[in-house]
Amino acid sequence: MAQIKIKNVRKDFGVFNAVKSSTFTIEDGEFFMLLGPSGCGKTTTLRMMAGLELPTSGEIYIDGEEVGQKRASERDIAFVFQMFALYPHMNVRKNISYPLLSQGMPRSDVKKKVAEVAEILGILDILDKPVGGLSGGDRQRVALGRAIVRNPKAFLMDEPLGALDAEFREHMSEELRALHDRMKATTVYVTHDQLEAMQMGDKIVVMNHGVVEQFGVPQDIYDWPATKFVAQFIGSPPMNFLEIDGMVGIGSTTIELSGMTQKIPEMRGGAKGRLNLGIRPEHIHFLDSSKYKGNVINTEYLGTTQIVSLATPDGEIKARIPANVAVKTGENIGLEFDARTITVFEGERGLALPSVANQGVISHG
Amino acid sequence: MAEVILDSVTKGFEGTLALDDVSIAIPDGSFVVLLGPTGAGKTTTLRLISGLDKPDRGDIFINGQSMKGLSPAQRNVAMVFQQYSLYPHLTVRENLAFPLKSPLLNLPSEQIKKKIDDVAEILQISHKLDNKATALSGGEMQRVSIGRALVREPSIFLMDEPLSSLDAKLRSDLRVELKNIQSNLGATLLYVTHDQIEAMTMATHIGVLDEGKLIQFGSPREIYENPISIYSASRLGQPRINILPAEIFDESPKNAKFIGLRPEQIFQGKGHDSLVTRVEHLGDQTRLHLSFKNHDLITVTDAHTPLSSGDIVKIQPENPFYFDVNGARL
Repeated sequence: MAQIKIKNVRKDFGVFNAVKSSTFTIEDGEFFMLLGPSGCGKTTTLRMMAGLELPTSGEIYIDGEEVGQKRASERDIAFVFQMFALYPHMNVRKNISYPLLSQGMPRSDVKKKVAEVAEILGILDILDKPVGGLSGGDRQRVALGRAIVRNPKAFLMDEPLGALDAEFREHMSEELRALHDRMKATTVYVTHDQLEAMQMGDKIVVMNHGVVEQFGVPQDIYDWPATKFVAQFIGSPPMNFLEIDGMVGIGSTTIELSGMTQKIPEMRGGAKGRLNLGIRPEHIHFLDSSKYKGNVINTEYLGTTQIVSLATPDGEIKARIPANVAVKTGENIGLEFDARTITVFEGERGLALPSVANQGVISHG
Repeated sequence: MAEVILDSVTKGFEGTLALDDVSIAIPDGSFVVLLGPTGAGKTTTLRLISGLDKPDRGDIFINGQSMKGLSPAQRNVAMVFQQYSLYPHLTVRENLAFPLKSPLLNLPSEQIKKKIDDVAEILQISHKLDNKATALSGGEMQRVSIGRALVREPSIFLMDEPLSSLDAKLRSDLRVELKNIQSNLGATLLYVTHDQIEAMTMATHIGVLDEGKLIQFGSPREIYENPISIYSASRLGQPRINILPAEIFDESPKNAKFIGLRPEQIFQGKGHDSLVTRVEHLGDQTRLHLSFKNHDLITVTDAHTPLSSGDIVKIQPENPFYFDVNGARL
């Protein structure tokens, strides 16, 4: 299997710049997520790894070898698309055998290899069935089988579960992840679904407008977003932003909200003017004695928890609290924010200011 | 606004029963969500109330009046579909005016203007009234189609997955907005969805449908905390409820065949050993995949848990659900 290294990669389509200047490394055996909204450049990045697009500039290394300008067939990588393309006139066995036979592998070896792969995927019993009558899940498994059978250095997947309905998608994502844990093959996976990325990925790259916004392990990205974009894209409901006009500097441990001094992690950078205090919904607590009040606009019951929308002097926020706390619309509630978890964002560009809490995690672009 | 009653309604299509003897009383001003997988009978229920289809047996009453023989136009119901069907060559204002210009209504033009202005304000599209429908974003188009239903002041709104083609952020905004509009108007609304978050957050009542039968009808909290069957219990909750053989833990009531455990019904830290097979950090919480006596189960724990796969966690049921051999709650 393989390590994939992306270095200063840029891609232009005519005057349109799809990927600005990406740099990140996918370690051998990782399940790696490329996450972002449509048009952010994630699929273009994946296609450049595969050799389906050539970068305008920059380098791509697979196991140390520069392959940026090589053709797809020279890279030994398997691509799994959202719409799994199977040969409709062939049965399952022939569909999976095809890549090996076309490489000229002896038939007896092919047979052994196909049986091995079918065993891994749990599709031994359908090997001789035509692909036409298969369920969505089985078709997906056959498509995977065709990718696995070649023993590629890496798997590249472009929203492979995007076309499936919610319940089945959850099942298939667990199956894919379990398959990866057994095979340990380097996998790069494109998705716009933040929950899927958090759930399946060892690491995540978050992209927006052709720029890598942040790169790291899921929990770090969730806890310490490098930009406001990441803070909003990851998490449901997203991170809250209290909007204030103020200032912080190196060594600051507090910040002024409307009518309250709020503790924050000790700052390692400074800014003034329009600032945003980023707080996750689960880090807002109700505390009668707090001077800082929010007026309840709305509550949403979610079973274990509920989401309470509140109007505060510094903007509207959402809190996640246990479902058994009684909350009434219109009520004024004292609020407390977990100081250890707060990120301060500079207003204009939306970059997180460094603090003792996040300095090991954030890296811009 | 209106109360809607379905009385023993049955409807078949080419030999399959789409709805099987369904009775529901939809109280005036309620927000009812029908929940169930594809083929459960959700959309059929909407179509029967709207008059697009006729029941084979049973009757439908709106405000006490039987709907037998009444056309969709005579029923004063408004439907909103997943795919917003606006007139692309008309402006937003003209799209909203269209249902009001029906010769059946014969409304004076000042009154039409006032209604449109009111509805546009509720939906926050006043500044877009003179735009062409095609110049709107997906969320704005769906707001206009909801607006087109609102201007008619129907006795009941019927909505078939109106938010499912929108992206996640917009969906969560419109969820809150739609709920506010409905409760401010005191409108009766019947809503079909696959999405359990929509069902939980918006509904005053949820109707759980399974293969044409109404399985349970109650508030989201009742359905979540007091499900009548495995099927009902599996409709709500993420991760899904764990269903295991009843005897897997020490004692179980007589006749119990299955035990149902939502994550909050699994106490961690005492009881039986289970093996952590996978840890998923979702940000606000962490999902633990556990293996217990060769059964898989999923529960949740702290976001920053030190647990990793290979660790042992002690677990014990806490106020679990028990079900009989047919999946009915004991």
